[in-house]
Amino acid sequence: MHLLAIDWIFLLEKLILIVIIISISLGVAMYSTWWERKVAAWIQDRIGPNRAGPLGLLQPLADGLKLFMKEEIFPASSNKILFLLGPCLAMLTAMMTSAVVPWASHLHIAGRDVPLQIADVNIGILYVFGVVSMGVYGVMIGGWASNNKFSLMAAVRGASQIISYELAMGLALIALVLHTGSLSLGVIVEQQAHQGYWNIVLQPLGFLIFFVCALAECNRTPFDLSEAESELNFGYHQEYSSMKLGFYLFAEYVNMFISSVIMATLYFGGYHIPFIHIADPNFAALAGFIFLFAKTAAFITVFMWIRWTVPRFRYDQLMNLGWKGLIPLALINLLITAVVILLHTQH
Amino acid sequence: MNVTQILFWLLSALTVFSALVVITRKNPVYSVLWLIITFISISGHYILLNAQFLAVVNVIVYAGAIMVLFLFVIMLMNLNADAEPQKNKWLQFAGVIAGGCLALVIIAALKNVDAKARIAETGSDIGLIENLGKVLFTQYVLPFEISSVLFLSAMVGAVVIGKKN
Repeated sequence: MHLLAIDWIFLLEKLILIVIIISISLGVAMYSTWWERKVAAWIQDRIGPNRAGPLGLLQPLADGLKLFMKEEIFPASSNKILFLLGPCLAMLTAMMTSAVVPWASHLHIAGRDVPLQIADVNIGILYVFGVVSMGVYGVMIGGWASNNKFSLMAAVRGASQIISYELAMGLALIALVLHTGSLSLGVIVEQQAHQGYWNIVLQPLGFLIFFVCALAECNRTPFDLSEAESELNFGYHQEYSSMKLGFYLFAEYVNMFISSVIMATLYFGGYHIPFIHIADPNFAALAGFIFLFAKTAAFITVFMWIRWTVPRFRYDQLMNLGWKGLIPLALINLLITAVVILLHTQH
Repeated sequence: MNVTQILFWLLSALTVFSALVVITRKNPVYSVLWLIITFISISGHYILLNAQFLAVVNVIVYAGAIMVLFLFVIMLMNLNADAEPQKNKWLQFAGVIAGGCLALVIIAALKNVDAKARIAETGSDIGLIENLGKVLFTQYVLPFEISSVLFLSAMVGAVVIGKKN
């Protein structure tokens, strides 16, 4: 099956994988909203959603249906094309990151090794950064096209926050890359499986910085300055209604899911299960996949726990923390890592 | 035509088209957005040349960081098509002449170039991050360090300008 020198089975395999991963991302994002409410209820000593289905499990479907049924509103003075482009871009960039994540080890089907990763590019982490830096546009375009001063203010805040925290995040990652010697996420996971311990052991400070920055990049509390309702009414999506609003809210949950997966991959061994070796490749892949999801679910829960525990930062506090706290800390971490690696290689 | 050639022509068409749209839009916000598309399609060309690092850095730095700043300035100044000041006719005339002169010089300079010898190698691995890093830190270490000092001075300058009081 070779036409135009393309391996069509390979293409089909990748297409199926993309469809599966996107459906899983959306499904997880959907049930994150339910879980968020349950966690909030638990922390505030309430019951939470319990009407739609057992344990309120059908609540996300009901919410989705509600968003679909709402009236589509385009504000009269808005820029129609860009107004529509904003939420689309937010969703697109949220989804694109999942392409380089290794979801499990190889499957072995009909004599073919099927890698459960869409693209193992050798610049994996940098690709994630590229997509994250494009993620700013969804917020900015949406906020500006609404033609509302509160939306614009929120969009500018959100964009400058994302740019500021990207720097500390990158510096924290460079320290990790110094150790791994590779930018490919697949290689990083294999390496952690090979060395027997996870990267968190070597980079605890780096992980902490990365985690704080991930909170900021996802616009989660305590960094949800761009949706500070007490100052900015509702934030950059104030003029949005119906599924366009739904896309913005949903993109936040997809982002949260993907950044949890990336943290689990970089610092917590990805799909690697310690102390257990499974001989059958298909079963090993499945177990690894489930294990990665358990780690991810734990991270998502921590994200929510923080949201319902810590109050929101003031804007100057946010900028101070980013530029005067995290960036110097990340630089020191980088320096120490570099010195240790240098001494280590000389012996 | 193989896949690479098809991709090359598609990307080239997209690059030229979006670059043309950048300079023909009245609304500067549209211009910036089309410029982002131009940068991304140029990154696509880098990937075709197997220069993945350059491609992704182009996206992060140009399409990501610098264009966001452009968008910041334009959105905050609220430049609209009707707010654009009337340009002097003679100024436009002078602009056309200056641009034409530049085009003439470029065409004259490139007229006798042997195109075959200038075609970038597509099969080489020099653009991969490992090889690029090795070359930068051995063969070109001095220019690399000098440019990093240049960046540092630019950063110091930005901080000084930012700290007004």
